[in-house]
Amino acid sequence: MPGSEHAGGTAKPVLSLDPAMVREARELAAVAGRPIVEMARTHTTVSVERAVLRLGGLGGADPDDGMPWVNHLVDAVAESCGLQHGVALPAWDALVTGGYPSLAALASDAATGKVKFRLPEGGDAAAARLAATAALSDGFARIDARRAEREAMIKATADPPKPWIYLIVATGDIYEDIPQAQAAAREGADIIAVIRSTGQSLLDYVPEGATREGFAGTYATRENFRLMRAALDDVSRELGRYVRLTNYASGLCMPEIAALAGLERLDMMLNDCMYGIIFRDINPRRTFIDQRFSRQIHARAGIIINTGEDNYLTTADAVDAAHTVMVSQLLNEYFGREASLAEWQLGLGHAFEINPAVPDSFLLELAHAQLVRQLFPGAPLKYMPPTKYMTGNVFAGYLLDAFFNLCGALTDQSILLIGMMTEGIHTPFLSDRDLALENVRYVLRAAGRLGENFRPPPGGFVEKRAQQVLAESVDLLRRITAEGLLNAIADGTFGVTRRPADGGRGLDGVIERADGYFNPASDFLEGREQFLEAGRS
Amino acid sequence: MSATEQGGTVIRPYGDTTGDGRIQVSFTLPLPSGTEEERALAEGAAAQLAAKMGLEPAMVVHAKAMGPDFTFFIVYGTVRHLVDLADVKVARREFPLMSAAEVNRRIRSALGRELVVVGATVGVDAHTVGIDAILNVKGHAGEKGLESYAEIRVVNLGAQVAVADLVDRAGAAHADAVLVSQVVTQRDAHIKAAREISEAFTAARGAARPLLVVGGPRFDPAMAPELGVDRVFGRGTTPREVASYLVHTLTPEPQGNAA
Repeated sequence: MPGSEHAGGTAKPVLSLDPAMVREARELAAVAGRPIVEMARTHTTVSVERAVLRLGGLGGADPDDGMPWVNHLVDAVAESCGLQHGVALPAWDALVTGGYPSLAALASDAATGKVKFRLPEGGDAAAARLAATAALSDGFARIDARRAEREAMIKATADPPKPWIYLIVATGDIYEDIPQAQAAAREGADIIAVIRSTGQSLLDYVPEGATREGFAGTYATRENFRLMRAALDDVSRELGRYVRLTNYASGLCMPEIAALAGLERLDMMLNDCMYGIIFRDINPRRTFIDQRFSRQIHARAGIIINTGEDNYLTTADAVDAAHTVMVSQLLNEYFGREASLAEWQLGLGHAFEINPAVPDSFLLELAHAQLVRQLFPGAPLKYMPPTKYMTGNVFAGYLLDAFFNLCGALTDQSILLIGMMTEGIHTPFLSDRDLALENVRYVLRAAGRLGENFRPPPGGFVEKRAQQVLAESVDLLRRITAEGLLNAIADGTFGVTRRPADGGRGLDGVIERADGYFNPASDFLEGREQFLEAGRS
Repeated sequence: MSATEQGGTVIRPYGDTTGDGRIQVSFTLPLPSGTEEERALAEGAAAQLAAKMGLEPAMVVHAKAMGPDFTFFIVYGTVRHLVDLADVKVARREFPLMSAAEVNRRIRSALGRELVVVGATVGVDAHTVGIDAILNVKGHAGEKGLESYAEIRVVNLGAQVAVADLVDRAGAAHADAVLVSQVVTQRDAHIKAAREISEAFTAARGAARPLLVVGGPRFDPAMAPELGVDRVFGRGTTPREVASYLVHTLTPEPQGNAA
């Protein structure tokens, strides 16, 4: 597999942290996470199965109802013989024995109830396995080629130095997003994130084609991914600098969107282990199962994930809840590494959200940001700007954003999401974005090397605060491991929201795997494909 | 001394001298300013716009090219407009602002049970920021949310609740009030959602429907009758204002020591 080492910060320790406590924090995160991983290994979801079909080459949608073919086919198999053995065996068995020219033709017949699916046995099962494996092999070859293409593009242009400047576009219309994204790149953005339409997290299908209508964002579709990546390739060549593209592998279709991102060479994906549970009321089990599969795909595709800890601080207090951010980061790290993500792919999130009226608020922010930097030295940390205390006073907001930029520069954050002084008022004007970039450019030019000269005194306020947050994190992790992560989430440990394990959306799409469950994508992702290709399992 | 203190009702903006009418605006024009000639044209265009906005004389103090096609301006100038305070219409708060302790006391004495509030964002809106700011214990702007009130029971349904579900869940919880926040405003989604809610509750419950309150940064509080809801809260609303409104509307005025 082609390698891609974009080393994160080479942070030298600035604050004295107890290595035994750091070790314990990681061990506790693993203890809390292990039962969840076990659940993910023994279950599948409708979206995981649809992702298998997408990786096997099935795209497009039913012209009658606009529903993607993968949904029709998975629903038909579920109805005919269930999904406990996976969609692949029944689907490819029907394809082979029914003499269909393509999965789309099969899905079309399946949608109208013309196909009776079965769980093949013996020679039929072997034939279905072989056909499925061959199809998935093409899918993974494409993902691998996309990854190699990224490496080549970076070589041909240049990898921008960190921190990478991250800007959002969100018009709802992909054809408006494209010139805005290109303009933002020309003005200095290293990463373009296309915010999704706000309804998309809870859609149990991925829309098709280029879209021009969205609510506070643009639908994530394969065609929109392709169009935007092509436009950014053009501007990368023009600027001699590789401009990365970000979208969201979250919500009910997380695995499928991860697959589409890999197939269309997106570079970073928002992909948090608990965000959908806490903020979108998606069922916890569904989220964790989908999340593991999506992260395995990101690992294979060389995609950097961005986690969503910043969100906790928009509902909880940024001082009181600082340790919940750290706990979530440790969990995201555990789940991410378990799913084969490398350290350079772990864009753990955090945010500058302390009430500016609190005395020493900037020192507290510095302590939190430096603590995260030291705990995850090789991770491309994503630092989020103030939103909660952006009051509509654009002048004060501009100042707060400058302090955010300064804290980011000082603590060697890897990805800076650029704050808008008009946060919470409207989607940014062209001039808002331009002023925001002027702000960050000034701070990096004036103080970009301040970190080298920054040594908070041992035993001082900043160091003590960091030690306190670390200690509180360990305490909370102990509590979580004692009661179990799902129970902790149900109790409202994260983001002050209670989410019971059997509540929320999407639980009906969770299926326990039966003996003989077959998922050719997982076999590729977990390194078992050589057995498949030899016709064994 | 300002015009109002002089007994008049006409005022103008204050820069550094009474009545000078000085203000600042910033805007972008789709004009290049790469060359000296282009820049002169762009600044002239900005000055013309300022004059048409009633800013005269105006000074373009800052002009900056943003890419090849746009220029950003900051303009200071003098407006000739007068503001007549007699013509200003204000939606006055029709209820007294109460402390959390007063709210709890009032509910205890007047209702003798918990006040039940069901909150949600509906339809396509996935932003729970608004409803959480009002309902969550953590609250907003230094005020704790309604969950922290001992006598208020909060059922927060979260984001993207279907209107029909909201009606059912509010019924099941015996809600006294339903709070809906809407942030998304594209194509007037917030207006449509508010109307849909009032129609659904009225269809299902008629006059027995719970108090309907909508809120969000782009709502105008004067719109309540038009939307068919009881109250609209706009930008900057705090949990205490909502709590005060709820008890003012849902609990009868205390009558001496009758309780």
